[in-house]
Parts: sequence; structure tokens; C-alpha cells
Amino acid sequence: MARSVSTRRKLFFTVAAWSVALLIFFPVLWTILTSFKTEASAVASPPELLGADWTLQNYSDVWARSDYPRFFMNSVIISIGSTLLGLLIAIPAAWSMAFVPGNKTKDLLMWMLSTKMMPAAAVLIPMYLIFQKTGLFDTRTGLVLALMLMNLPVIIWMLYTYFKEIPGEILEAARMDGASLKNEVLYILTPMAIPGIASTMLLNIILAWNEAFWTITLTTVNAAPLSAFIASFSAPQGLFYAKLSAASTMAIAPILIMGWFGQKQLVRGLTFGAVK
Amino acid sequence: MATQSSRATARLMVAPSVILLFIWMIVPLAMTIWFSVRIYRLLSPERSGWAGVRNYTWFFNSPDFWMAINNTLLLVGGVLAITIILGVLIALLIDQPVWGQGPLRILVISPFFIMPPVAAMIWKNLFMHPQNGLFAAVSRAFGTEPILFLQNYPMSSIVFITAWEWLPFATLILLTALQSLSSEQLEAAEMDGASALSRFRYITLPHMTRAITVVILIQTIFLLGIFGEIFTTTQGGPGSASTTLPYMIYKQALIAKDIGRAAAGGIIAVILANIVAFFLMRSMGKHLDA
Repeated sequence: MARSVSTRRKLFFTVAAWSVALLIFFPVLWTILTSFKTEASAVASPPELLGADWTLQNYSDVWARSDYPRFFMNSVIISIGSTLLGLLIAIPAAWSMAFVPGNKTKDLLMWMLSTKMMPAAAVLIPMYLIFQKTGLFDTRTGLVLALMLMNLPVIIWMLYTYFKEIPGEILEAARMDGASLKNEVLYILTPMAIPGIASTMLLNIILAWNEAFWTITLTTVNAAPLSAFIASFSAPQGLFYAKLSAASTMAIAPILIMGWFGQKQLVRGLTFGAVK
Repeated sequence: MATQSSRATARLMVAPSVILLFIWMIVPLAMTIWFSVRIYRLLSPERSGWAGVRNYTWFFNSPDFWMAINNTLLLVGGVLAITIILGVLIALLIDQPVWGQGPLRILVISPFFIMPPVAAMIWKNLFMHPQNGLFAAVSRAFGTEPILFLQNYPMSSIVFITAWEWLPFATLILLTALQSLSSEQLEAAEMDGASALSRFRYITLPHMTRAITVVILIQTIFLLGIFGEIFTTTQGGPGSASTTLPYMIYKQALIAKDIGRAAAGGIIAVILANIVAFFLMRSMGKHLDA
């Protein structure tokens, strides 16, 4: 039952909510705007908006100065690779914990999450040595493995909460009707699990894309993704604002757009099923 | 329903995850414990041997250590307080009847998708820079001296930047919780003459407890390890004014190149994180029963 709302009241809240939202979004917007200004215009005082000199020069400069396509491809391979590998390992685990729970299942889930509590900096040196010794240092394979393991607890948790919502009675009913195990998995379980798997995948691609500790410390050149690309712009004094903004925009744009499309599923998944 | 054989299969399906996570956790941890009781300096490799507890006592006696503990707690506590209080307020606002709730949510969630080093760099250069930053331009417009954010208020600035990154997460989870609150209950309370404040205090807030617990748990996990934001903005300075425990360990390892001490710091950090985790998990466990 919706309450009747006066237009005036709605107008007031709309203006207030949009003001707050734009304030939160403003730094991103300002970066994108700055990326299209000339360097002189980017640091002009007072700041220029409408009268600024607009240009695409920064993008072509950044493109020429660094090997963006390689960083980009590394980001894509590492984030998608680690997510797919993680799903491969996590789906059976989450599946069995959701459908054949034992009395230790919850403790196991909590333990998994607690492995994420270890500060990465604390184990930097051992990880560095292990990666050097095994030849995984500065390889995509190494980063795929590291980020997969880092995010595995989150993947398992999210899948577990989604799978738990699939009612067991449906399976029993199908079995009564004589469905074979193959048909049960193919026609009943899979369609019901796909939305959960998809949003888990989306969130983990984002987490892996934005990871900026292991991706910087465990790479030098070959496997360096966009986090390392942006770190190479980290000392921009004075006249490099517009280029810095262009590089930033290039690093965040793919995942920002992807996130916008999936935001509804993301939020639900992130609550680990504790918020309906 | 679960038979003996299906239990066995279930265990088999969980095993790869458990084994991998266990190795991922125990191998670096064991190595760190080993290093922490050894003399291990990259700059003087000829000196090696047992250090006993000296690496640990160095840490406890270093004035930076207590500062780092303090800064870590300040960072986690500050960001949690800001994101939860503002998150509740913004969620309440967006939950009102407004035009364009979809685009609104997209604007609000955006900072969550920004890579931490990018977020830190944007704030450091485009906003907080004392000459060219937007804040400096605003100060000049009002005829006041620009504030030296990262020099004079390094911890507050880092808390602010990190809170900006995590505010969307808190807001949207709290909003999700709010939207499942039945309006009938609120209307009944309104008809009984409950004020807006007491409706919030006795109906809305209790309804959101669970969501707030989730926000605290997940944010704490990520906030305890915050590194990129500090590395990009202040490098832990000025002095060690904005050095947190993870950053102090990083400095010991890669700048002082004293692996033994860094490892001791790592073990201390792991123990502290586990104390925090224990309490969080216990309260979280209660909330996840249903």
C-alpha cells in the first residue's frame, strides 16, 4: 500500500537526494572532465569549466607514452582468469555446503572468511620469495593464482548464500516425477543457480580488477595490469594533471561501466545473504 | 536425506577449496614465523642467526609501533563511523519517494568501482593539492589560505578518502535493508502518534541492525589491510604521522630491508587481526543463523 505523496514533498526529496548523489559522484566527474582539458586549463585558477580548452590530446599522449593495451589485456586476463578458476573450485564446495550441510559447515565458512583477515603486507616477503622460487613472479599465471586464492572465500560465501535459497523440495518433487540426476542438474538446478553465479562472477571480476597490492608487488613488466599502469603516473607535479586524469579514466572506465550495469545484483551478493 | 555416500561426496567437493586455502594461509604464515625469530637483513646478509624475541621487542619498543596501532584503529574506527552514520542518513534520503532512483543509485555506487590508487591519486592531486587542487581554489575564492591537508592532517585526510571509497557500499546495503521494512508498521506507529524520531529509533534502526553488522564485518576485513591509499598519498608521513601497522611492516621490509623485524610485525598484525576477527565472527555468526 503506497502512501499518497504530495508532489511538493517528492520534489523536495528528489532535489536533496540528487544533490547528495552528485556530491558523492563529483570527484569521478571532475576527473573525467579534467581528462579532456589542456594541461594549462586543468590547473587554471579559478577552475575552468565552460570556458576550458577541450582536447583529446591527453588520451593520445598517454596512449603513446605507455603500452596501455598490454596493461589492459593483463587486467582482463588476470581478473577474468582468477574469477573463472575460483568459480570452478568454489561451485562444488558451495554446492555441497548448501545442500549437504554438516554441523561443522558454518565454522568452516567462518574459517574461510577469516583467512582474508591476514594483512597482505604481513606475508609480503614470503609471498615474494615463493613467487621468485617457483618462477611465478611477474607472470599472469602467478597473479591469476594469487587473486583467485585471495577472493576464494568471498566467492564461496556468495555462492553458498545463493544456493541456499534454492528450495530442496523442488528437487524432491522432480525426483518423485522420475527425473534422472542428469536432468535434475541440467533443467532444474542450473537455471536456478545461474543468476547467483553471474553476480558472484561480476563482483569478483571487479575485486580482482581493482586489487592493487599483489598486482603491484608481484609484477614488474610482463604481467603488470592497470593498477601498475596507474602507479607509473603517481608523481605528476603541476603540468601533468590532465594526463593523470586521462590515465585514471582509462584505468577505471571498463569496470565502472560494467559495475553500473550490474549494480543491483552486486549489492545483493555483497551482503552474504544476511540482508534481504 | 543425506546418506553416507552423499556425505562422502560432499566432503570431496569441499576438499579442494579447504586444502588450497589452508596452504595459502599456512605456508606464508610459517615462513613469517621462522623469519621473525631470525636475524635477516638484506643489506647485511653476512649477519644471520637466531634473533630470539629481539625482533618482537624492537617492535614493541619502537615509538612508531604505538603510533601505528593508534593510526590503524583510527582508520578502521573513523571510516566505520563515517560510512555508517552517513550511510544511514543517505539511505533514508534515497528511500524517500524520489524521481530517478535508478540513476541515483548508479551515481552513489560509483566510488566503489574506483581502483584505490586511482581514488587516492584523484583526491591527492585534483582536490587536496595546496596549489592546484580544487579545495585550494575554493579557499582562495573565500580569501583564506589553502589548507595543507596531507601535510597537516594526514590521518584525517586518509580517513576521508577511504570513507569516500566505502560510503557507497555501506549506503547501498543499508538501503537494501530499508526497502524490506514494511511501511504498514511505520504507518501504524505514525497513527499511534509516534514522532518521526521515535519511529526511526524503535522501528527503522532495529530493522537495520543486521545490515549494519554486515557492513562492519566486511569493511573491517578490507580496512585492516589498507595500503594503496597511504602509499599513494603520504607514504606514511610526514614522519610517521600516517603510518599504520601494515604500512610500518612494509617500510621495515622494503625500505629498511630488515626482513626479521618486518616478519615480527607481520605476526603481531596477524594476532591483532585474529582478535578482531574472533569478536566480529562471533557476533556475525549469530546474525547469519536464519
